[in-house]
Amino acid sequence: MLELYDGALNVPEIITRWYTEEAEYNYGAYIPFIGTVREEDGIEGLSFDVYEPILGAWFEAWQAKAEPLGAKLKMAHSRGDVLVHESSYIAAVFSPKRRVALETIEKFVEDFKASAPIWKYDLKNGERLYAADRSTAIAGAGILGGKI
Amino acid sequence: MVTVEFLGPIQKAPLTLEASSLRDVAEALKKDSEMAQWLENCAVAVNDTLVASLDTQLKSGDKVSLLPPVCGG
Repeated sequence: MLELYDGALNVPEIITRWYTEEAEYNYGAYIPFIGTVREEDGIEGLSFDVYEPILGAWFEAWQAKAEPLGAKLKMAHSRGDVLVHESSYIAAVFSPKRRVALETIEKFVEDFKASAPIWKYDLKNGERLYAADRSTAIAGAGILGGKI
Repeated sequence: MVTVEFLGPIQKAPLTLEASSLRDVAEALKKDSEMAQWLENCAVAVNDTLVASLDTQLKSGDKVSLLPPVCGG
């Protein structure tokens, strides 16, 4: 399940709802990872653009990878502005046993950072500035720049 | 005609152009000085599927998307 919200996430509502949704499915482990905006370099917050068609396909591919392990993934992310000390990202995995959950959440969050089509901007002095130095080119990027 | 759209921080309106493969799109975009900084680091999707080859064939109505470096979370 992939959920997108305008602005900050309501973390208690989301993680409680997910817990309740899966309570009867005999999962022994539920690991949520919550990403919160930190005060750093004088920013007022962060802002996000999300490209939904490719994000949805990326998430579905991960769900298909988790399924044979008996695991289920959920994810919530913000669009637009999220202020300092608010949260913009929750990834969660449910699985029968802890080892699969621990390994899956790490791989999922790392691949999310490297591949998910989401762009981050710093909100600073009334401007929205692309966080170029913290961004990662998606695997296979650059084909248009090669010699023809 | 194919449509080329620029995602995230690339401040550029969509283009329509004649192209039979991504190679044609690359040739057209290389003539645009605004795009120089992006061509080296953008991933490319055709009809919302990421592609890895300049030889990817295009047909009229296709949508080509340029995805600059990402940073979710």
